[in-house]
Amino acid sequence: MNVMDWGPLWLTLQLAAVTVVVLLLVGTPLAWWLAFTRSRLRTLVEAIVALPIVLPPTVLGFYLLIALGPHGLIGGPWKDLTGSALSFTFTGLVIASTFYSLPFVVQPLHGAFEAVGKKPLEAAWSLGASKLDAFFTVASPMAIRGYLSAVVLGFAHTLGEFGVVLMVGGNIPGVTKVLSIAIYDHVEVLEYTQAHVLSAVLLIFSFLILTIVYTVNRRLPIHVS
Amino acid sequence: MNRLDARFRIDYPGFRFDVTCTVPLEGTIAVFGSSGSGKTTLLRCIAGLTRAPSGFLQFAQEVWQDDARGIFLPVERRHVGVVFQEARLFPHLTVTQNLKYGMKRSHPSRRRIAFDHVSELLDLEPLFQRRVPHLSGGEQQRVAIGRALLTSPQLLLMDEPLASLDQQRKKEIVPYLQRLNHELRIPVLYVSHDLHEILQLAHHMILLKEGRVAATGPIQEVFARLDLPELVESNVVGAILETRIAEHEPQFGLTRVEFLGHSLFLPQQALPTGAPLRVQILSRDVSLVAGVPPETSSMLNTLEATIVEVSESPSDQYAVEVKLDVGCPLLAMITRKSFQRLGLRPGQKVHANFKAVALS
Repeated sequence: MNVMDWGPLWLTLQLAAVTVVVLLLVGTPLAWWLAFTRSRLRTLVEAIVALPIVLPPTVLGFYLLIALGPHGLIGGPWKDLTGSALSFTFTGLVIASTFYSLPFVVQPLHGAFEAVGKKPLEAAWSLGASKLDAFFTVASPMAIRGYLSAVVLGFAHTLGEFGVVLMVGGNIPGVTKVLSIAIYDHVEVLEYTQAHVLSAVLLIFSFLILTIVYTVNRRLPIHVS
Repeated sequence: MNRLDARFRIDYPGFRFDVTCTVPLEGTIAVFGSSGSGKTTLLRCIAGLTRAPSGFLQFAQEVWQDDARGIFLPVERRHVGVVFQEARLFPHLTVTQNLKYGMKRSHPSRRRIAFDHVSELLDLEPLFQRRVPHLSGGEQQRVAIGRALLTSPQLLLMDEPLASLDQQRKKEIVPYLQRLNHELRIPVLYVSHDLHEILQLAHHMILLKEGRVAATGPIQEVFARLDLPELVESNVVGAILETRIAEHEPQFGLTRVEFLGHSLFLPQQALPTGAPLRVQILSRDVSLVAGVPPETSSMLNTLEATIVEVSESPSDQYAVEVKLDVGCPLLAMITRKSFQRLGLRPGQKVHANFKAVALS
């Protein structure tokens, strides 16, 4: 029997953490725009953001594979800019995961910003706060529950992805071989012990995170109505 | 004196908001009108929260909006305090943090209103340790007023700040607003659909009707006008007098006040001697005596008056409105029959008997 290889677990946590950070940076302005715009493009953008929920991961993975390729929509310019390709790299995985988990971050934030509404912001502006100041000191703290949901869902969803990673990341140890794929590999070669350990780690970890989040959420002082 | 010059036009579906007005930046300027008349829109345009597509707004020497020249100063740079109908306190901050939110963001050189003064004026200290969601509606509104004042605004905009409160809470807050006027000398634009509030607080008035200015002027003038159905039908037409408490007669339950050298008696007031008191004499509470008044009358308040003008009563076809001069204008609504029997005409000297009501 082989010794336990913890590389995939570590890689998965890294991927999920980096993806969540990217998602917050991308998702916040997007959710803000969705919550407050009166543009007719809104429904269109909402539908696009929600696509990964309904599409089979392999379909999304297939398109991402093409887009991230050396001649793709994202991979092409990336190669011109950095000189290296995106497909089958960690960066490529982060980009793919960002698309894949986008709705799980944007939707809670969108809902939270809508619940906060314009009124407290108008109050903050009238008290001399700039638009950015009001966002950070009023809108964000009032939307804290939305942020909590977004971080947890984004993280957990990235943690569990399989189809997309397989399509765009391949299975390169230390680079793109994440937990779900490692478990799959172990099962393929009948290494049930390793599969058990990794699965149990993921199960317990996910359970712990969710418990902590629900506890914290319950104790948060903000009740936006 | 500094003025506020405003010119806004917004076309909404089925409603045109088209307001042009100039008001002195002094005391409380009431914006009155029925719901849907555009009161809140006017306040929001002045605050900079709503942008009229082609508007002009000048505050004293500062141009805040002039779309002809592409000028629009955002709300956070107008240095106005806004008190909304709902308090809009920040639920994630403590009462003290709410109060200091705007103060911290104001430039130290602009701060002329001290935290302790506002806290004392609005009686806020007992609330400091309380959490925002646990405050009553009246308490929240007091914190919201304090929060706006602590930015040391050059103009305070209040959008029906008492509308969400019951009568008891309203009574609690009105004295604070009166003190605010006397002590801080910040011009206040006060939106309300409650004439009683306006009578208690306002010095100047803008009456809006269907998105347009129906009347504007000093409150004494507007409330003496007979051509404004909003006021006539609410039975609030009459004289408004700024008096001072002269003496109390507790044995009779009366207070004597003075204005322009005249004395008036009112039911006893809980104010110290010398304190200002606004008094209203409704035109329907005034009766006239032609010729020599009887030496003994049960009426406490009698003033010698000269008839200025007689006109139809807009509210009662069997009555006439008599405009009198007692050093300031006074209105009397009397029956047509009395009018003919007394043979009243302009220039004639009469005695006016009346009941006066304290506005507090």
